[in-house]
Amino acid sequence: MSTATAWTLIAALAVATIALKAAGPLVTGGRTLPPRVASVIAVMPAALLAALVVTGTLVDEDGDLAAGADAVGVLAAGAVVWRTGSVLRGVLVALVLTAALRALS
Amino acid sequence: MADDPRGSFRAGVVAAIPFALAGALLGLSFGVLAVKAGFPVVAAIVMSAIVHAGSAQFAALAVVTGGGGIPTAVAAGTLMNGRFLPMGLALGPSLPGGPLSRALGGQAVVDASWALSNLGDGRFDRHKLYGATALQWCGWTGGTAVGAISQGALGNLDRFGVDAVYPAFFAALLVLELRSRDGASRGRVVALGGAAVALALSPFTPAGVPVLAASVVALLALRRPDGAAAPHHHAAAGTGRTPAGRDGHDPPPAPPEAA
Repeated sequence: MSTATAWTLIAALAVATIALKAAGPLVTGGRTLPPRVASVIAVMPAALLAALVVTGTLVDEDGDLAAGADAVGVLAAGAVVWRTGSVLRGVLVALVLTAALRALS
Repeated sequence: MADDPRGSFRAGVVAAIPFALAGALLGLSFGVLAVKAGFPVVAAIVMSAIVHAGSAQFAALAVVTGGGGIPTAVAAGTLMNGRFLPMGLALGPSLPGGPLSRALGGQAVVDASWALSNLGDGRFDRHKLYGATALQWCGWTGGTAVGAISQGALGNLDRFGVDAVYPAFFAALLVLELRSRDGASRGRVVALGGAAVALALSPFTPAGVPVLAASVVALLALRRPDGAAAPHHHAAAGTGRTPAGRDGHDPPPAPPEAA
């Protein structure tokens, strides 16, 4: 790849990302939202977090479904957080369990 | 809500420590890959500094290394970033000031910061968001610099389980969200729906689309505006005859502006 290609790509992606991150706050900021819109926003984290979890653990680079050591680790993290309420403990369990399973296999 | 901006900022920095560390390791592998793909060292670092969106950078890089053109690479990265649109829409009401300062505030949105600063009632602690992003920016950009300069002397980092950190973190926040809140029953439906949509689309759509599409599931809240104590069956929800809106003035079929 040429140097010019690299810099062009960087500039274009930076502009696109900045525009995308600015768009949301420009649309919904500075006004009181109707209750129904606010209730949609309130459940947005549940939808996005769930999607990030499954795409991060159950989908491989080609978009195919696949479960590995990290899926086990993440599942354990969910269980630990459900019982203890500690995010940090859950993440540590996932990290250690995933690394351990990979070391064993 | 932000009676202690400095305290919130600091809380954000502290809460972001694990993600800054994980981001540094991911940034390291990005730096290695980018230089291997032909990026000048400085370009790799600048990209992390000004784009600051890991998954989009990996996606765009994969396209150009695979022989794709710049438009395709930018499109791939932008799809990957698509989730920042719904995240920004949710954040918007919590950002004060004019359009310019809101647009600037929106630049602080990255996954972990957005999730960390979510107060659970539709509002966000913006100072916590800024603090969490500041530290993660250092981790991501610093990691990229080390990777780009050292050129992979550290080998493959997946064996440390680093790739499990972000999904585990999102799973943790999701669990907290679902286990404690008033709207938990509705949240569970939305979470299941979001996961199902993302998984169903993954084999057929470009990376990034599944997560973006999952945000649409949040529109289910329109059908059950109260959610909290909703019974398992909700046949009455669409009839306009539900016993009472919790705040007493929301017959479901009314247009949003009616209040």
